[in-house]
Amino acid sequence: MNARAGRHMWVAQRVTAMFLGVAVLVHLVTIMVAVRGGLSAAEILGRTHGATAWFAFYAAFALAAGLHGAIGLRNIAMEWLGWRGRGFDMAWLGIGVVTALFGIRAAWGLYAS
Amino acid sequence: MGTLKVRVWRGDAAGGEFREYAVPARENQTVLDVVTQIQREQEPDLAYRFACRVGMCGSCAMEVNGRARWTCRTHVKRVAAPGEALDIKPLANLPVIRDLATDMAPFFDKWARAGGTFQPKDAPDGAVPAEFSVVPPESKQRREADAGIECIGCGVCYASCDIVAWNPDYLGPAAMNRAWTLVNDVRDGARRERLEAVSGDAGCHSCHSTQSCTERCPKNLDPSSAIAGLKRTLFWDSLWGRLR
Repeated sequence: MNARAGRHMWVAQRVTAMFLGVAVLVHLVTIMVAVRGGLSAAEILGRTHGATAWFAFYAAFALAAGLHGAIGLRNIAMEWLGWRGRGFDMAWLGIGVVTALFGIRAAWGLYAS
Repeated sequence: MGTLKVRVWRGDAAGGEFREYAVPARENQTVLDVVTQIQREQEPDLAYRFACRVGMCGSCAMEVNGRARWTCRTHVKRVAAPGEALDIKPLANLPVIRDLATDMAPFFDKWARAGGTFQPKDAPDGAVPAEFSVVPPESKQRREADAGIECIGCGVCYASCDIVAWNPDYLGPAAMNRAWTLVNDVRDGARRERLEAVSGDAGCHSCHSTQSCTERCPKNLDPSSAIAGLKRTLFWDSLWGRLR
């Protein structure tokens, strides 16, 4: 077991958790503010289309969520199923990145459409 | 004088079972007294370990009614209500040699793996430095070190730790408590190596902070906070690139 990889994943999970704590708050406040005028696809696109700041925010959000979740699942799988080792670590990293890419693609869709 | 019902685990590494004994119930008796009574009066081949009988050596730890304890400092009436039986098992998470005696080698090997040896900064070869170091007792680091320094290595925390049960490579609370005292020792020169040794999945990063170690430490030490301290130190050292 690579101690350094374990440490880096732990640090990554804590840093993403700190970001997600703020990001979830921003996301929820945005929802509450946005629905006050009635929620429609046009209204959402009006806010997100071409808005680089929103795209950057949601891309970072998706990346943090993907990595954070995958690292957490890795830890659970290690303890409960005994799935340990470099191969599993790489697989979880892959799952985290793919999950993040789905989110980033969705954010891109709102930005570029 | 009534009798006390005692179930003692008998066996070896291959397996074993509880056997029942009746011991004279006394007003004041420790669990170690009970085990000694069984060995002296009933089962001369009962294997167990003790030395000081007064809570100094830490060698008499066993699992009593589901919890790891020093048997010499545990009165029977504190763990079993009148008429209730006593269950005595060897410490969990360690290989059993025979009956109530466990092999402590993995426990102490992990102390070594966690960098539990003091490495004098002034004399890397281990020689006694020419001058004494001046360490203010009230400095923050010294107080952190002092908080954990009284560990006598009884293994109660190790036997109480869920993470050790899940991951046999996990260093365990005592070894990391020791490492944390040395990380805070300003005279020590192996800080970086030690921090690297206690990091990762076999080290502090697997701790869930459930605090059984702190709850059950007979010396009232707080290995859980020591492990949290290691995590905190490793976090900042990793972020600022002070570690590889």
